[in-house]
Amino acid sequence: MPPAYDFFDHDADIGIVGRGATLEAAFEAAAEAMFSIMADPATLGREAHVAFAFEEGDGELALVTWLNRLLAEARSNGLMLSAFKLERDGDRWQGEAWGTPWAPHTEGGVEVKGATLTMLSVKETGGQWEARCVVDV
Amino acid sequence: MNLSHLKQIDPYCWSLPLPAGEDRAPVRLYGSEPLLATMDDKVLEQIANVARLPGLVGAAMTMPDAHWGYGFPIGGVAAFDADQGGIISAGGVGFDISCGIRFLRSNLTLDDIAPELSRLADQLYRDIPAGVGEEGKLKLSPDELDRVMEQGAQWALDRGHGVKDDLPYIEEHGRMAGAVPGSVSPLAKKRQRGEMGTLGSGNHYLEVQVVEKIYDPVAAAAFGLHQGQVVVSIHCGSRGLGHQIGTDYLVSLAKAASRLGIRLPDRELACAPIKSPEGQEYLGAMNAAINVALANRQLLTHLARQAFAHVIDGAELETVYDVSHNTCKLETHPVDGKKRHLYIHRKGATRAFPPGHPAIPERYREAGQPVIIGGSMGTGSYVLAGLAGNPAYASASHGAGRAMSRNQALKHWHGRELIDQLKHQGILIRTRSMRGAAEEAPGAYKDVDLVAEATEKAGLAKRVAFLRPKACVKG
Repeated sequence: MPPAYDFFDHDADIGIVGRGATLEAAFEAAAEAMFSIMADPATLGREAHVAFAFEEGDGELALVTWLNRLLAEARSNGLMLSAFKLERDGDRWQGEAWGTPWAPHTEGGVEVKGATLTMLSVKETGGQWEARCVVDV
Repeated sequence: MNLSHLKQIDPYCWSLPLPAGEDRAPVRLYGSEPLLATMDDKVLEQIANVARLPGLVGAAMTMPDAHWGYGFPIGGVAAFDADQGGIISAGGVGFDISCGIRFLRSNLTLDDIAPELSRLADQLYRDIPAGVGEEGKLKLSPDELDRVMEQGAQWALDRGHGVKDDLPYIEEHGRMAGAVPGSVSPLAKKRQRGEMGTLGSGNHYLEVQVVEKIYDPVAAAAFGLHQGQVVVSIHCGSRGLGHQIGTDYLVSLAKAASRLGIRLPDRELACAPIKSPEGQEYLGAMNAAINVALANRQLLTHLARQAFAHVIDGAELETVYDVSHNTCKLETHPVDGKKRHLYIHRKGATRAFPPGHPAIPERYREAGQPVIIGGSMGTGSYVLAGLAGNPAYASASHGAGRAMSRNQALKHWHGRELIDQLKHQGILIRTRSMRGAAEEAPGAYKDVDLVAEATEKAGLAKRVAFLRPKACVKG
């Protein structure tokens, strides 16, 4: 069984992969991959919570929108996120995430600026969903 | 890159022959054979895609430091004519809009700072917010941020963060015209609230350097540079606001392109005709982000001055130049003997106006525009000057260019060991990210000497000085 999230090579940036039994689970794993670039998830709490909704009919663009909304929510609220929940009703998506306020001067990883459309792919193979794209760091 | 796909025009210029039946503009790749040989084939694929965009004038080009990016390759240059259906592309500018380098000269020599180098590095590290999640002391309201987006570096100066003599040495005199804060989403503004005056992360840095070698004494004198002099480079961009604008428009322009009848060879080239409402909206937002980047580097310049003055009595830092390398700007260039007004996309490419260009500060006008090629933290950087006859719409390389992916770099190096190795070489690194240090290992980058040499020999810009790093604050 491959890991829930993983990375792939890109010259300038970093490729992320999320996998799961459902599309939503794959997106959640992709979010875990992205935030693990910025901080060690094991060091983060879950005392802070954000929730948001968006509409997107294109599954691939939905992945990019989901990841970028999480980045925006994290940065604008001074949070580092570590746990994710996504639900879909047609074109409407409801996202939630939990994390911890970012303490200044904490050892971090590398900031992700945004999720890109490069190597963007959302597909289901044999009952397993995989979501991938390159994130700009 | 498989060079068998290419036709060599001269030792530093290559073209991609057009297969029969394929409809695209020419492709030009600048660089030496060794540099091109190490580039990923994706660079070729990406620049060939750019050559298929509507309204392109001349060739789609890559600089000698090109590497695989998203949409455009990093080091990509392309010019579009708005009157011929030319487009503006969010993927041709990137997320870090107006990322660039502020280059400062000091009144100090290496001997002056050598005894205090560790203290200076510590002070800079304390004073410059850097790394994931770090915020600046300024917290701006949406109204105040609107003023930053309209006024650029002037906004920072008006609040005491700089000196009058900074402005003439910043592109666009520190203030990009055509900014439309109303085209910037509330989320982008919210994301920027605590990020003014921050360095960021990844390949961003503030580096204390020494001028080790002068290639062109006349241009060096014009730029106020001499051997042994301490200088400072600040590499960063428009922070969260620029990232969010990139995010917002990447998706909206990708959708708009199909609606507007543009066939995108790669969705990442998300674009709209310059004259369309969608294109104009992105242009206004991008210009606003350019001003935020110019203001951000102005604030960081001010913090660097304070840190230097705190550690070394009488230390002064003057702006040599501030260049952006992720932009799309309207410029006038000669094409087939005629002056054309063109929107020049430079993604990971520096503007390099030739001697005599009116946009160059008078002090440098005979020498040409200062161009900075920022190298890795262990090797060095170059100052160059723009050249007459530049074949790439007055564009040049912007950095060393990555030779190895970040994942590969993490397998090769450990942050702490690398920092210790560099310390033994006389280079002090200050960072909160051991992962970031490893990813930015000097060995993960191309040979900056080869990039600078190829930049000169391709006729893009001439070498003026080589800068050796002494202390580096990494994000």
